[in-house]
Amino acid sequence: MTTTLLRDALLIDPEAGTETRGDLLIEDGRIAAVGDAGAAKPSTVVDCAGRALAPGIVDLSVYVGEPGARHRESYRTAGLAAAAGGVTTLVVRPDTDPVADDPAVLEFALRRAAAVCPVNVKLMGALTQGCAGKRMSEMGFLSDAGAVAFTDGDHPVADPTVFRRALTYAKSLDALVIHHPQEPVLSAQGCATESFFAAKSGLPGVPAMAERMQLERDLALVELTGARYHADQLSTRMALEALARGKRAGLKISAGASVHHLTLNELDIEPYRTFFKLRPPLRAEEDRQALVQAVADGLVDVITSAHLPQDEELKRLPYEQAAHGAVGLETLLPAALQLVHAGALDLPTLFTRLALTPARLLGLEAGRLAPGAPADLVLFDPGAPWVLDRAQLHSRSKNTPYDLRRMQGRVLRSFVAGRQIFAREAQAA
Amino acid sequence: MTDTPTPRLPHRHLLGIEQLSPADVTAILDRAEDYVALNRARDKKKSTLRGLTQINLFFENSTRTQASFEIAGKRLGADVMNMSVRTSSMSKGETLLDTAATLNAMHPDLIVVRHQHSGAVALLAQKVDASVINAGDGRHEHPTQALLDALTIRRRKGRLHRLTVAICGDVAHSRVARSNMILLGMMENRVRVVSPPTLLPPEIDRYGVEVFHDMEKGLEGADVVMMLRLQQERMEGAFVPSQREYFHRFGLDHRKLACAKPDAIVMHPGPMNRGVEIDALVADDPERSVIGEQVEMGVAVRMAVLELLAEAQGTAA
Repeated sequence: MTTTLLRDALLIDPEAGTETRGDLLIEDGRIAAVGDAGAAKPSTVVDCAGRALAPGIVDLSVYVGEPGARHRESYRTAGLAAAAGGVTTLVVRPDTDPVADDPAVLEFALRRAAAVCPVNVKLMGALTQGCAGKRMSEMGFLSDAGAVAFTDGDHPVADPTVFRRALTYAKSLDALVIHHPQEPVLSAQGCATESFFAAKSGLPGVPAMAERMQLERDLALVELTGARYHADQLSTRMALEALARGKRAGLKISAGASVHHLTLNELDIEPYRTFFKLRPPLRAEEDRQALVQAVADGLVDVITSAHLPQDEELKRLPYEQAAHGAVGLETLLPAALQLVHAGALDLPTLFTRLALTPARLLGLEAGRLAPGAPADLVLFDPGAPWVLDRAQLHSRSKNTPYDLRRMQGRVLRSFVAGRQIFAREAQAA
Repeated sequence: MTDTPTPRLPHRHLLGIEQLSPADVTAILDRAEDYVALNRARDKKKSTLRGLTQINLFFENSTRTQASFEIAGKRLGADVMNMSVRTSSMSKGETLLDTAATLNAMHPDLIVVRHQHSGAVALLAQKVDASVINAGDGRHEHPTQALLDALTIRRRKGRLHRLTVAICGDVAHSRVARSNMILLGMMENRVRVVSPPTLLPPEIDRYGVEVFHDMEKGLEGADVVMMLRLQQERMEGAFVPSQREYFHRFGLDHRKLACAKPDAIVMHPGPMNRGVEIDALVADDPERSVIGEQVEMGVAVRMAVLELLAEAQGTAA
């Protein structure tokens, strides 16, 4: 029996909402004791020196380029980036090439992940065949093959009949449907949020209303079908108001926000910096502030990295032509800690959004700091200052919007099922 | 080496009006005045750019702008080469930046670029040693057009401030309108925008312009009426109900022009759609229309810009 004692840590318990100084004992890959380790005789002892210890992050929106785009991100590089970022469970998007709408594709990805990826990997299945929004996928088979939720990634399902049927069918499997709420016609060709800034830059705009409209449609169909629904990323104040109405009406809904939309706004794009081209686009500062508030008070349930690696060639293009997306696995926690340092939320609340709630949405055991839970953990120094150099990122692609930014907070160690998968070398004694 | 004088135009590139100061605008227009006279003379040739290479790189078709830049460069003695996307390797999948690197290796001194995407010219400018002039990028800016409009106005009105200028038509998709709004606002004019609301960009009032949806009201007391081209594809995109309704409500004819000041001038960046945004009788009215003069000023302004940028780089003779 292998036992590890993590001694003298600041224990971040999202369930209890507490941060207390104490020990944590790991036995056979699970948490055996929290607070007081009793008379255990551990085989390994790690002195945490009062640094923060929290449940490992469960990242609900991760793109890995296997199959089809390994030059952008492989399971190996995604795993290294995740380990260095304190992400212990990747929930992977199905819009690969080929699309994960066939059990064989899921089996391939799980096999690759098991072989080379040190963190847990859960797969989402395609909601519609080819993520094309025309015909629902074989959700039953995909469920059997391990799909934990169904989504078309960032391709919205435009046809309400198709979406209604998919919701109805998913409900019979008690499956979670994750959707990207963006009215596709109204936002067509848009690459920046519709605003004075976009107009001045000559960039076609995506109106904030396009997000709210699609969310309202989705919520109407959720009301009709009773399915479980999660909006992958909300980014506008107007959509948050619609979400609040839906929650008050008792619908089984939840929503996420990307760390980028919580920490950046549209003006960061200037001058035409394509690493800031995201979907949905970065929004106005007023929207960002509303989003931070919604994360703080729980209206928005989940924070994700929206990890979307793109190679240099796809980004070294005029803004309108460049690919959207940013890598985020490694920067998720340091960037999100900005919200804690700004006083918007405390550490237990942050880990509720990063770990506990996403795990619960998918029915996973992770995300807790309690005896019996899997020992998926992150040890970090919330105050450590550093400057991000994108060349140092572990991801195959380096398209981060935080290049050269001053960050505060850094992961020191990561554990998956009790096994240490990452330790920062220059760790302070 | 003797000490180099401060350049009249302290910029390496001309990417947009937004980077210019009022003093920069005045410096360009003053220099252009000299060339108006030269261009009307029998011998139109100068040699200040002799030995320099100018590449006109056009990713979007434009006969008149390309011709204007070509004549401007040649009159100043530069070696001018035209490169258009149809015949280039861009259609073979080469990226914009590879094209930039390739051209850069040939040591051009001035590159004039037009591109269909906003920001593309600025992107290219980052990768070359030459001075880059934006000849129109997407919906973003078309600085030399705004400068030639400014020169035309200044010569006709005797000043470039405290004028009321009505910019009419498809503002949303127009880089000409953007550059003009910035330039005319910066020189302290009263700028109005006259357009159906579907052809206005969001938050238009933040440009510091007055917005009118009624053309007769918008033209009241105007010194300058600046028409914009309505592209056919906008019609198909259902931004306006029909050509005939657009012409009826927003086309410039003598009846609507009568609302402006009696000596108001009429401008158009070309090419015109007669009977869509402008009535042929107005376009051809020698008393009011300065459309031909705009083209003439275009060559002079572009000569001034080419020369001032070369001076700033220390390459002008």
